[in-house]
Amino acid sequence: MSVHPVVDQASNAARFLADRSREEYFDTLMWSLREARDRSASEVPEWEQLRDLGSAIKEHTLSHLADYLEQFEASAKRNGVEVHWAHDAHEHNQIVAEILSRHGAKQLIKSKSMLTEECDMRRYLENRGVTVTETDLGERIQQLDDEPPAHIVGPAWQKSPEDVARVFAKAYGSDPNNAAPVYLAHEMRVHTRALIEKADAGMTGANFAVAETGTVVTATNEGNADLSGNVPRLRICSVGIEKIVPTHRDLAVFIRLLSRSAVGMPITQYTSHFRAPRRDGEMHIILVDNGRSERLGMEKFWQSLKCIRCGACMNTCPVYRRSGGLSYGSTYMGPIGIIMMPTFDIRRFSELPFSSTLNGSCSNVCPVKINIHEQIYAWREVMDEKHQIKLAKKSAMVAAGEVLSHPELYRIVTAAGETTLKRLPRFAIYNDFNAWGKHRETPLPAGQTFHEWYKANRRKA
Amino acid sequence: MGIREDILDRVRRNQPAAIPHPDLRDFTHLASADLITTFARSLGVMAGVLIDKPPDDLGAFLREKFPDAKNICSAVPEYVGTSKPEDYPVWADAAKIDVSVVRSPLGVAETGSVLLSDDDLRVNTIAFLAHDIVILLAPDKIVENIHVAYQHPAFKEKAYSVLMSGPSGSADIGGKEVHPAQAVMTLTVILWPESAKTS
Amino acid sequence: MRVGLVVPCYIDVFYPEVGIAALELLERLGVEVDYPFDQTCCGQPMANSGCEADSRATEEHFIGLFSRFEYIVIPSGSCTHHVRNKFIAAPPGPERDQVSKHVYDLIEFLHDVLKVNEFPWSEFPHKVALHNSCSAVRGLHMASMSERVHDPYFNKPKALLEKVKGIELVDFPRHDECCGFGGTFSATEEAVSARMGYDKLGFIQRSQPEYIVSSDMSCLMHLQGCGRRLGTEVKFRHIAQLLNGDHA
Repeated sequence: MSVHPVVDQASNAARFLADRSREEYFDTLMWSLREARDRSASEVPEWEQLRDLGSAIKEHTLSHLADYLEQFEASAKRNGVEVHWAHDAHEHNQIVAEILSRHGAKQLIKSKSMLTEECDMRRYLENRGVTVTETDLGERIQQLDDEPPAHIVGPAWQKSPEDVARVFAKAYGSDPNNAAPVYLAHEMRVHTRALIEKADAGMTGANFAVAETGTVVTATNEGNADLSGNVPRLRICSVGIEKIVPTHRDLAVFIRLLSRSAVGMPITQYTSHFRAPRRDGEMHIILVDNGRSERLGMEKFWQSLKCIRCGACMNTCPVYRRSGGLSYGSTYMGPIGIIMMPTFDIRRFSELPFSSTLNGSCSNVCPVKINIHEQIYAWREVMDEKHQIKLAKKSAMVAAGEVLSHPELYRIVTAAGETTLKRLPRFAIYNDFNAWGKHRETPLPAGQTFHEWYKANRRKA
Repeated sequence: MGIREDILDRVRRNQPAAIPHPDLRDFTHLASADLITTFARSLGVMAGVLIDKPPDDLGAFLREKFPDAKNICSAVPEYVGTSKPEDYPVWADAAKIDVSVVRSPLGVAETGSVLLSDDDLRVNTIAFLAHDIVILLAPDKIVENIHVAYQHPAFKEKAYSVLMSGPSGSADIGGKEVHPAQAVMTLTVILWPESAKTS
Repeated sequence: MRVGLVVPCYIDVFYPEVGIAALELLERLGVEVDYPFDQTCCGQPMANSGCEADSRATEEHFIGLFSRFEYIVIPSGSCTHHVRNKFIAAPPGPERDQVSKHVYDLIEFLHDVLKVNEFPWSEFPHKVALHNSCSAVRGLHMASMSERVHDPYFNKPKALLEKVKGIELVDFPRHDECCGFGGTFSATEEAVSARMGYDKLGFIQRSQPEYIVSSDMSCLMHLQGCGRRLGTEVKFRHIAQLLNGDHA
């Protein structure tokens, strides 16, 4: 059973919205990424074919996942890589700690990995005396500010440059009043490179894992996966089991889609392929399940495993942009988070599927054509079936269902001029009347319903 | 049952009914004459710099472009630098390099990328810890797009390969790309046929 | 041609003039319109909230009233989308399929079935911003979608409005971004919903239209609520009212 309280995304979002300038900054920034994505996609004539292919390759791979995992493992072993398997976060963290301890490694540098976020690995290792340095700029900012990522591509995008200047001033003693991104990126460079140079182990996640060659593929703009994976002799790669693609020819489709979808660039500056350890080094790959095999068996939801973590669904989501990424209280946020997180903890994330208008923009931008908004809709049904819908809402729905299936009852409730009119907006909005009126005027019932008009003017005897 | 067997067993039990693999295509559109212009444009988008023919004197070119550079590490026969990759057996020491000069066996027009593998670099970190990087690329090694690029044997053979596309950057603050981030500050590609003149 | 007209519950109660306009418009175009008198709702509010079981009886009631029609017409993209694509609470069967296959948004019916070329009685000499709902755009594909950058442009509601004499249609940024209504979302997530509505109005008002027009009155109900709270002057009309000859 879940020990965590239910995440109240709506209230978290309302708090985020209370600071208008912050919300506007975030919305504008995220929307600019959506526009960049549109421009970038429009330059590729075969864009929709690539989306079809990306989707089909992932579906094929997931439907043969066990075989491809075995092929990946065999290839990796042939390359001299040590392959580990982990059921869950705890096993994953234990394996990492054990590898580090075998080498007496105390300084770990790592590139961004949502999987290690999922596993809460940093805290686990730091409790065991390992210093973990995030080398992705955004992830490092969040680490220094002791906050989880607010976006899977740009973890610190919810912070303004001024916020970052304050974080760096505190951590690095830099100028708190200089919020120029170039200056701040330089501060990061100076302070992180020193740590990179003396690190005794490096870690990366994986954007993709190629079965035919046993290769772990990362995509970064900073080159920090290359630094993390090449500077120390010891390299550890954490890979979710759904990251497998069959061949490099398949990989090409995703590389073309990934960065264009994410930020509107044709590619990331560094698309890096770690196939084997360096000559004098050691390479470990940890294949992690952590709920994925279970999700694979969910008829309506296994397709979320196609996700390539581009964040396009978040950038386009009008709710995400006005809620902030932290409001979801989860590792994955926005539309993709809504459909993934309940598989980790159905109670804790039972409200997330309601943080959507079901507008469908997310599914349209998804480079691997996950039917995100349809899955959000389907999750709402699951929450009802599993009795995870708040009592007030459920009661309103039961009552509405009762009234709307009985015309005579419906006419009584809707009859103009009746005192029941006062209850009308509640009924029409099917929820807490006061919530509607907090920021909006409520609609005024007309003097005569259409039904009454029709009866008076048109109905044949 | 071990962890590995258990996970594979769960996956096998839960994976959906077999879905066929789609037919892949290369989506090539360009005439070979257009590859270089497209490469140049893409590299520009990625904030890289293109020099479209070998300079008469590479040494002079480097001195002019990087006047403060003291340590130039060359991994190519075309130029003898002040050091070579083998001088950095501790890979972190490549941070002492001002400029690395390397040759790439493959360019990608669509993305402005160049391929660098462990054999091209010999010490991988010379491509990241150096302040700046200069990459020689034979113009006839430019292919149209990533589909074609991934057919290069390096991806199956080399321990490490990177498609590098412009200097290190980050859009993590404010969403607009700034340079540099942690790796190289500038990236220059010189179109330079193989076995052409050396300096 | 015999048509079963659905008047959605919120139109019935709050905007009867929209139901009247839809009815009159269809009649002007020579359609014989039947308004099944016992109709209530399509069941979407419950189903959208995850409470599929609670919408079952309502959907069955709807099927019972409408399965006999060759064309079922609703002046609402949102309800049409539900009946066509998400009508699964009632048990499957030929009558349910009949209803889902033969339901049309009013705009689709005018544009695709009747292929109306002119509305000679219409005149609307005003500056108008057209808001298409997400159900209409991404659910029913009544207009090309901004995310699908390679698709040819089309916009059925706009194509019809362009036939109205004197009308001046204005563009605005983020034209097919959700307005924030989202059914029950507007109450459960009221702060975000309202912010989206305010933003939508803000973008639209850059073009200073006198009217905001939509084929979905539910979006307009929400935007109108936001507009009235903000004290904006802009007025709201359902597209059926313009096509039926309302002048203001």
